[in-house]
Amino acid sequence: MPLSLQSEPHSDPHAALPGGGRPEREPNALEVEDLRVYFDTEEGEIRAVDGVSFHMRRGRILALVGESGCGKSVTSYSILRLIQSPGRIQGGSIRFYPKPADGGAETAPIDIASLTEKDERLFDLRGGKISMIFQEPMTALSPVHTVGNQIIEAIRLHQDLDKQQARDKAVEMLGKVGIPGPEKRIDQYPFEMSGGMRQRVVIAMALVCNPEILIADEPTTALDVTIQAQIMGLIKRLQSEMNTSTLLITHDLGVVGQLADDVAVMYLGRIVEQGNVRELMKNPRHPYTLMLLKSLPGMSAGKARLSSIKGSVPSLRELPAGCPFHPRCPFAVKGRCDVGDRPKLEKVSETRGVACIRWNEITDGDIAAIDKEPTR
Amino acid sequence: MSPADSTLPNGPLLKEPHPDTRSADPAAGEGTLSPLLSVRGLCKYFPVKSKGLFQKQVGEVRAADGITFDLMPGETLGLVGESGCGKTTTGRTILRALEPTSGEVWFRLGEEGADPRLPVKDGYVDLAKLSEDQLIPLRTRMQMIFQDPFSSLNPRMTVRDIVGEPMLIHKICKGSELEDRISDMLTKVGLKPEHRTRYPHAFSGGQRQRIGIARALMMNPSLVVCDEAVSALDVSVQAQVINLLQDLQAEMGLTYIFIAHNLDVVRHICDRIAVMYAGRIVELAKTEDIFKHPQHPYTRLLLSAVPNPDPDTPMNMDFTGEVADPGNLPQGCAFAPRCPLCTEICKHDTPSLLNVSKDRYSACHHSDQLF
Ligand SMILES: Nc1ncnc2c1ncn2[C@@H]1O[C@H](COP(=O)(O)OP(=O)(O)OP(=O)(O)O)[C@@H](O)[C@H]1O
Ligand SMILES: Nc1ncnc2c1ncn2[C@@H]1O[C@H](COP(=O)(O)OP(=O)(O)OP(=O)(O)O)[C@@H](O)[C@H]1O
Ligand code: SF4
Ligand SMILES: [Mg+2]
Ligand SMILES: [Mg+2]
Repeated sequence: MPLSLQSEPHSDPHAALPGGGRPEREPNALEVEDLRVYFDTEEGEIRAVDGVSFHMRRGRILALVGESGCGKSVTSYSILRLIQSPGRIQGGSIRFYPKPADGGAETAPIDIASLTEKDERLFDLRGGKISMIFQEPMTALSPVHTVGNQIIEAIRLHQDLDKQQARDKAVEMLGKVGIPGPEKRIDQYPFEMSGGMRQRVVIAMALVCNPEILIADEPTTALDVTIQAQIMGLIKRLQSEMNTSTLLITHDLGVVGQLADDVAVMYLGRIVEQGNVRELMKNPRHPYTLMLLKSLPGMSAGKARLSSIKGSVPSLRELPAGCPFHPRCPFAVKGRCDVGDRPKLEKVSETRGVACIRWNEITDGDIAAIDKEPTR
Repeated sequence: MSPADSTLPNGPLLKEPHPDTRSADPAAGEGTLSPLLSVRGLCKYFPVKSKGLFQKQVGEVRAADGITFDLMPGETLGLVGESGCGKTTTGRTILRALEPTSGEVWFRLGEEGADPRLPVKDGYVDLAKLSEDQLIPLRTRMQMIFQDPFSSLNPRMTVRDIVGEPMLIHKICKGSELEDRISDMLTKVGLKPEHRTRYPHAFSGGQRQRIGIARALMMNPSLVVCDEAVSALDVSVQAQVINLLQDLQAEMGLTYIFIAHNLDVVRHICDRIAVMYAGRIVELAKTEDIFKHPQHPYTRLLLSAVPNPDPDTPMNMDFTGEVADPGNLPQGCAFAPRCPLCTEICKHDTPSLLNVSKDRYSACHHSDQLF
């Protein structure tokens, strides 16, 4: 679990997990600490990401979930330093721990947040050790080159292969992501493919260099369930065979349940709850996580009305005082939840963090009671 | 639509459809129990042209190939299947947003049947055969909600213009009456009348989807095709929009064709489901029957690929079969290359959609092995 909630700096990556069942835990591959990304707009400063901290452990899949606009994509863009003007990384650190060579010693971490735009290490990381599947496939593909040439270029940028070897590898990868007839498709242009096929090309491109860290922003949203399952299997295989760490962004909680080891829930630019997938999906502690899970069609029986979170996400420029979730929260208490600072992500167990001042007070009875209130 | 229709139960189908008998008289029912829509053998083939200056036709994509089903008033029929299997094409061809290659689309007219310009047969018209002019008065009764709330709204039009435009085009009303109707509809879909002067970019994804819904419902349609109407939304907004669609259905007696790839959503909202594979319906049954006892091997595969939010209910991620290419289909059953039940007959004969038990239709030579 991305353990350190806010405070503890990374000390020894192989440190034993105190009190945890396992003698050792996987070393961290990436540590994001107090990340803040602001946008200067005509309407004022927008704090899209405002104090996000999480750790990705080697060979684990961390899911980042939350309503549209809460800052998931901005967080992931920051890791590759792809935030463009009017946005900027206002503060925080993003430490990447490269995998040591076999038998080699740990190498020093790289703080991606503090590299200059032109630092060579940045170009090295992008698409190589850290790669990304973008939410919108067309932004990642050039319309004027065949998909094959784009994949081959990506391979040769980071690997020492000749043209033919790279081409063979590209064909193999296209087949792996479920594109029928890859040896023919490789010479097609993006516009000759269906939306779902383009998405698979982008996935192939992200996986072809065996990244240490894979950032997958809504990788399967455009795909039907059988192709989605195929892609999920691919990410899992990458995890077990290459020990890849994945940051998985998705609004499909089914994909989260099946694929993720750990989950972080974001609301309005911050993480409000994190924990391992089982505890979080089965026993959510933050009211926002609870309400999110309750909105799932499969969760309510039969044709009953779906429960949804009342109201809508407030504007980032007019954050409610206190807990920013309080206007929508069925458990909010006047005078406590709507005053003061935003609740901090409190470490409530070895693997669990919750940013709600009432997490310990809310009973199963309270939760059952909200089902009776009509929501719209 | 007639007031009687809106009192119909939203429940499962009351009358057996005849998906296997293309020539069945679609008007055979009586009173309000006859279908609102009877689709018979509907086909839409897209030509595949060669590259270069003289674009010769070198083949065709059979995007919809012999689609047959009945839709009862007030019913919600789900349309599910692989990406590229022809769901959108089917929806658009029914509404004549695409020209059908062949087939019939019988639409029940109700009291408007009196229009002497329309070739009416027993209260139904065949949408597939009408001219553009004849279609105009019918357009208002059939609407489509598009998948992408971002690109389906004109960014340079205000909400008021977007929602009110169809009323002006069809000269239904204008002036203060139009303003009132727009306000009413915005309120109905959970937006505020004062939003009318805003442009689409000032709304969130879920709100934009509601603008699209308001526009589609403004004309008081009887049939609405929802094409992935909630797919792009996060779960909470998705729940809001689904509740809204169901409320409006109860209130206005709407009939939906609901296209989606999220099977949990489909299970929640649909009365019956048609599963499509490579341009054809391969299974058609009541929702719970489909989920509890799928009768086509493809439906089985589809259901086994739905990820469960519960990590302790693991799923199969080991899918290897090749996706069907509607431009290059094998002989026989299109699913044969991926089917665990495939035998010789499957490789030669295309199975037709047959009535396998009450209210159930399946297009598989071996569907009896699936009970
Ligand atoms: N270029 C920009 N200028 C101003 N605001 C921006 C810009 N890019 C993003 N934002 C704001 O930052 C916030 C977070 O956006 P982000 O794209 O990270 O959301 P998300 O969680 O990925 O949402 P979704 O699920 O819809 O993809 C949003 O409120 C958005 O309006
Ligand atoms: N205008 C067109 N010209 C040529 N082929 C087309 C056209 N529109 C669709 N097709 C082809 O018809 C087939 C069915 O497409 P359709 O859009 O109906 O699929 P779908 O089931 O809606 O898929 P998805 O789930 O990806 O939206 C596809 O193979 C597609 O490539
Ligand atoms: S702090 Fe209060 S308002 Fe915020 S989630 Fe907890 S109970 Fe709800
Ligand atoms: Mg995003
Ligand atoms: Mg479609």
